[in-house]
Amino acid sequence: MKEVNLNQRSDYDVIITLLRQQTKKAKVLDIGCGNGELLYKLVTKLHIDGRGLEIDQSLVNEAVARGLAVIQGDVNTDLPEYDERIFDCVILSQTIQATLEPKILLEKLVKIGQYVIVSFPNFGYWKLATYLLLRGRMPISKTLPFEWYNTPNIHLCTIKDFFNLCDECNVDIVQAYAIKKNGKAIIINRDSTMLLHWQGLFAKQAVFMLKEKV
Amino acid sequence: MHDFESHIFASDNSLVLQSGEKLESYVLAYNTYGKLNRKKSNAILICHALTGDQHVANQHPVTHKPGWWEKIVGPGKAIDTQIYFVICINCLGGCQGSTGPASIDPATQRIYGLNFPIVTIADMVHAQCQLVNYLGIEKLLCVIGGSMGGMQVLQWAASYPERLRAAIPIATSSRHTPQNIAFHEVGRQAVIADNHWHAGRYQEYNVSPKKGLAVARMVAHVTYLSEDVLQEKFGRNLQERTDLTYGFDADFQIESYLRHQGVSFVDRFDANSYLYLTRAMDYFDLVKDFNCSLNAIFKQSQVKFCVISFTGDWLFPSSESKKIAHALAFSGVHVSFVEIDSEKGHDAFLLNEPEMFSVIKGFIVACEEKES
Repeated sequence: MKEVNLNQRSDYDVIITLLRQQTKKAKVLDIGCGNGELLYKLVTKLHIDGRGLEIDQSLVNEAVARGLAVIQGDVNTDLPEYDERIFDCVILSQTIQATLEPKILLEKLVKIGQYVIVSFPNFGYWKLATYLLLRGRMPISKTLPFEWYNTPNIHLCTIKDFFNLCDECNVDIVQAYAIKKNGKAIIINRDSTMLLHWQGLFAKQAVFMLKEKV
Repeated sequence: MHDFESHIFASDNSLVLQSGEKLESYVLAYNTYGKLNRKKSNAILICHALTGDQHVANQHPVTHKPGWWEKIVGPGKAIDTQIYFVICINCLGGCQGSTGPASIDPATQRIYGLNFPIVTIADMVHAQCQLVNYLGIEKLLCVIGGSMGGMQVLQWAASYPERLRAAIPIATSSRHTPQNIAFHEVGRQAVIADNHWHAGRYQEYNVSPKKGLAVARMVAHVTYLSEDVLQEKFGRNLQERTDLTYGFDADFQIESYLRHQGVSFVDRFDANSYLYLTRAMDYFDLVKDFNCSLNAIFKQSQVKFCVISFTGDWLFPSSESKKIAHALAFSGVHVSFVEIDSEKGHDAFLLNEPEMFSVIKGFIVACEEKES
């Protein structure tokens, strides 16, 4: 999502770390790749074979000028008909909350990618919850700077919500991280309900690595 | 105005055409700009559109107008002739010096006329490749072109994938649509209906089917513009008059404009050439020619593509370009697709489109860096 403040993109670090675990030269599709910032990092640092999809023309232009293979299009309507497992990894970085059908999309993506990495703003973050509780209005923050009527983020969720979605889809969670305000990422522990709740309150963002349940 | 050289390439080899017929000999007229580097790695081939020619970035010798793509080709421009060696070839079947229906048939010593064999986009590209061989260029840095030029770009990538690093097809399609064919047919019939056409032998009568060709150009010109442009540029404005004349003069500015486009076109273009080139576009269908899907044609291609289209282009709609881009993406090819928001119609690729300029520049530079 282009609207997300870039210096807050510590999900990038987590994604890079996750992809570093890939031994071979990975083929990666970044959906909603913006100006290709993450993709460019992955191509230059990890030497992956990167592809991108982005809806905003000026951002596509920037990405193409960087030498990246980026297709302009809307993920809701323009996702090419890819073969199964054609990508080692598909990235949805701060994008899923802006898609029309997150569940259908997720089910589609775990088919075309060996792994899918999803990062999203956690709507269960205590500050957002407090905002709603105390002001009685839809929370607005640096990460989510829009009014309810003009936000592209039409499918916001909490970390717990996302776990439930994974259960409902045919998706295995390989790893899950909560990113705190200071940018630090911690592994989410789902076994303890209390701990999960606590971690969810203090996570600004979450990063999930998923794969199709076989 | 900057330095360019005009050349004629005369092929020693005959060319077997897609139709099965054979051209025993042919020449190609071409212009070059800039210098070929020692490694011969900085060559960019520009393919012109239907009524374009090799004068891409120099004053046209007939019309004295600036080159058709001077906005983009030249020193310091997006395709910088201080860095790149630019080649632009008048296509086979054309009328600016390359062998076409207005050339002399060596077998009869008469002007070919309709005895000229039908040439296709693939034939044009095969001939261009002979010229590129002659120049000693193993691998073109980039092949770029719009509309019919874009078809040639796709054909290059499909037929000679090892001969180019990057391909930029603009405002084009992998096959001519029925609507495209329909408009071309109207144009051709206008030429053929002109009494001066004489079954294609008009030169022998010292005349030319100017009226028919002008009508063909007028029809075609409408297809190059969007309704928005017509509305904005002309509206229902009257041409140098305050009221309607209640006759068939060019009362409206749009009529006057089209008449001017038609009349000025016939001075620089051969009517038979127009028939042959429009036919070449009509016949273009990569899927049919290769007898397999677009995905399969480009499977495993190492060529890097940047597909560009314009939102306001209804003649070669964005959806066609998107289809190509998706087929390439599906095939695992390095492809970028940029849809430029422009209401100028099909002609947008010839006009001042800064977004397009910056994309082309950035893409070529990136391709160059990665390879070196």
